[in-house]
Amino acid sequence: MKVRYRTTILASICLGVFFAASIFVLQGIDRLRPQATLEDVLYITSPKILKRASLGYDGLLADIYWTRAVQYFGGRRSMGMSSFNLLAPLLEITTNLDPHLVVAYEFGGSFLAPPPPNGAGQPDRAVRLLEYGIRNNPNEWRLYYNLGFVYYMDLKDYAHASDAFERGSHVPNAHPFLKVLAAQMAQHAGEYETARMLWATTYQTTQDKQIRQNAAEHLRDLRVDEDVTNLQAAVTRFGEKTGRLPSSIYELARAEGLPGVPVDPSGKPYKIDERGRVMVQDPDDFPVATKGLPPGYSPVGKLHDSQ
Amino acid sequence: MNARIGYIASNTFREAVRDRVLYNLIAFALLLSGAAIFVGQISIEIEKLVVINLGLTAVSLFGVVIAIFIGIGLVSKEIDKRTLYTVLSRPVRRWEFIVGKFFGLSGTLVVNTFCMAIGVFVALLYVSHKIMPADALIFIALYFIVLQFLIICALALLFSSFSSPLLSAVFSFSLFVIGSFAEDLRGFAGMAHGMTRWLATAAAYLVPNFSAFNIISSVAHEHPVAGQLVLHNTLYALFYTAAALSGAVLIFEHRNLK
Repeated sequence: MKVRYRTTILASICLGVFFAASIFVLQGIDRLRPQATLEDVLYITSPKILKRASLGYDGLLADIYWTRAVQYFGGRRSMGMSSFNLLAPLLEITTNLDPHLVVAYEFGGSFLAPPPPNGAGQPDRAVRLLEYGIRNNPNEWRLYYNLGFVYYMDLKDYAHASDAFERGSHVPNAHPFLKVLAAQMAQHAGEYETARMLWATTYQTTQDKQIRQNAAEHLRDLRVDEDVTNLQAAVTRFGEKTGRLPSSIYELARAEGLPGVPVDPSGKPYKIDERGRVMVQDPDDFPVATKGLPPGYSPVGKLHDSQ
Repeated sequence: MNARIGYIASNTFREAVRDRVLYNLIAFALLLSGAAIFVGQISIEIEKLVVINLGLTAVSLFGVVIAIFIGIGLVSKEIDKRTLYTVLSRPVRRWEFIVGKFFGLSGTLVVNTFCMAIGVFVALLYVSHKIMPADALIFIALYFIVLQFLIICALALLFSSFSSPLLSAVFSFSLFVIGSFAEDLRGFAGMAHGMTRWLATAAAYLVPNFSAFNIISSVAHEHPVAGQLVLHNTLYALFYTAAALSGAVLIFEHRNLK
C-alpha cells in the first residue's frame, strides 16, 4: 500500500512537471516558427492540387485555410506590418476549395485591393477573386458590390465600377443602393458623398467583424478628410480677406462664425501650422485618413518584411 | 535501466515481431519501389521531390497506424489473455509494466523506421543516381517522425490503461489528427476573446503539437532545419511523452484488475 501511495505521488508530480515543461518548450517552438501554418502556401501553391489532396474533405480544408487567411492578415496588421503577400494565395486556395464561401471573397475585396498598410495593394487580384466569386455565386449581390467598390476606390475605373453595380442591381434581393451607386459612378458625382455611401453600405451589410471595423475606420477618417478640405478652404478665404494666415483654429472658427472650435472624430480640436495647413493633433488616431497629416508622415510602427 | 523494464520491453518487441507487424515493410517496399519506377518515367525534375515526400509520408503514416493499433492492445490484450496476472504476481510493479511496454513498442517502431529509411534512401539512389550532402536532412525528418511515434505510443498506452481497445484507437487517432492542426488551434485561440480564448488556449496546449514535427515538405525542398528546432522538438517530445506515461501509470496503478 505504501509503495502504491509513493508511486501515485511520484506519477502525479511527474505528470504536472513534465506537462508544464512541455508547454514551456512549446512556447519556444512557437517563437521559432511564427508563420508555421503558412508553410503549405509556400510549398503547395496550386489550389487544384490541394483540392485533390484533401480526399473529399475540401470543405473542412477550406475552413482551415479561411481561418489561416484571417489570422495571417489580422495578426500582421495588429503587429503593424504592412506587407500581406500571402493573403491572395490563401484566399485563392480557400475559395477554390469552397467556391461558395462568400465571406472570403468579401474579405479579399476589402483587404487585397487597398494599398499598404491597409491592404495588400493587389487590386487586380482582388478583381480576379471577386469575378471568380461572381461566376460561382451569381446571386450574391454583395460580390458585385465589392467588385464595384474595388473598381471605384482602388482602380478609379468608373466605367467598370458602374457596370459591376448595375449587374448587381439586377440580382434578386439586391440592396437598393446598387442602382443609385451605378448612376453615381456614371456621373462621377461628389467623391466624399459616394465614398461615404459605399463605406456605410459595407458597414451595414457585412457579417464579418474585421470588414465592419475597417468600414467604421474609413467612415471616421473620411470625415477627417472632408473636415480638413473644408477648413483648408476656410483658411484660404481668411487669407484672402485679411492678407495673413489665421494664428490658430480658434481664430479661424471665430472668423467663420462657427458655433464652436472644429474637432476631429476623436474629439480633439484641429490645428493650423505656421504655413496655414490644417492638421489633426494625433495622426496615429486616423490610420486611413489621407488629409490633415503632417508632411512625410507615415504611421508609427509600420514594418515591412518579406511575406 | 531497470532489468524488469528491459525484460518487458524485449518481450513486447518479440511479441510485435511474432504478430507480423514488420510485414508492413513489404507493403512499404512495394509502394516505394513502384513509385520510384513510376515517377522516374513520368516526372521531370521532381522525381527526387516525389520520392522524399512519398517515402517520408509513408514512414510516418505506417508508423502512426502501428503505434496506435499495437499501443491500444498492449494492456487490454494482457488482461484478456490473463497473462498480466502472471506478470504482476512476480516482483514487477505496475509502473514498470507500463514503462516496459512503452519501450518495447518504441523499439519496434524504431526498428521499423530504420528499415523504411533504408528503403527511402535506396529509392532515392535509384531516381537520382547519387546521394547528396543535402539528403542528410532526411535523417532529421526521420528523427522527428520517431519523436512523433514516441508521443503516439505514450498516448495509446494512456488510453489503453483505462479504456477499451476500440475507444482507445478512436481517441488516439483523433488526437493525432487534432495534433496535426495544433498550430491552427493556437492561432484560433489567439484570435478569440473571453472564455472562448481561454478554452481554446487550454485545448491547444493540452493536445500534442504534431505540426512542428512535420518537416517533410521543407526537407524535400532542401530547406535547412534550425538546430534550435531539433533541440526544442526533442525536449517537447520527451516531456510530453513523460507526462502521458505518468498519466498512464497513475491510472493503471489504481485500476481494479479483478
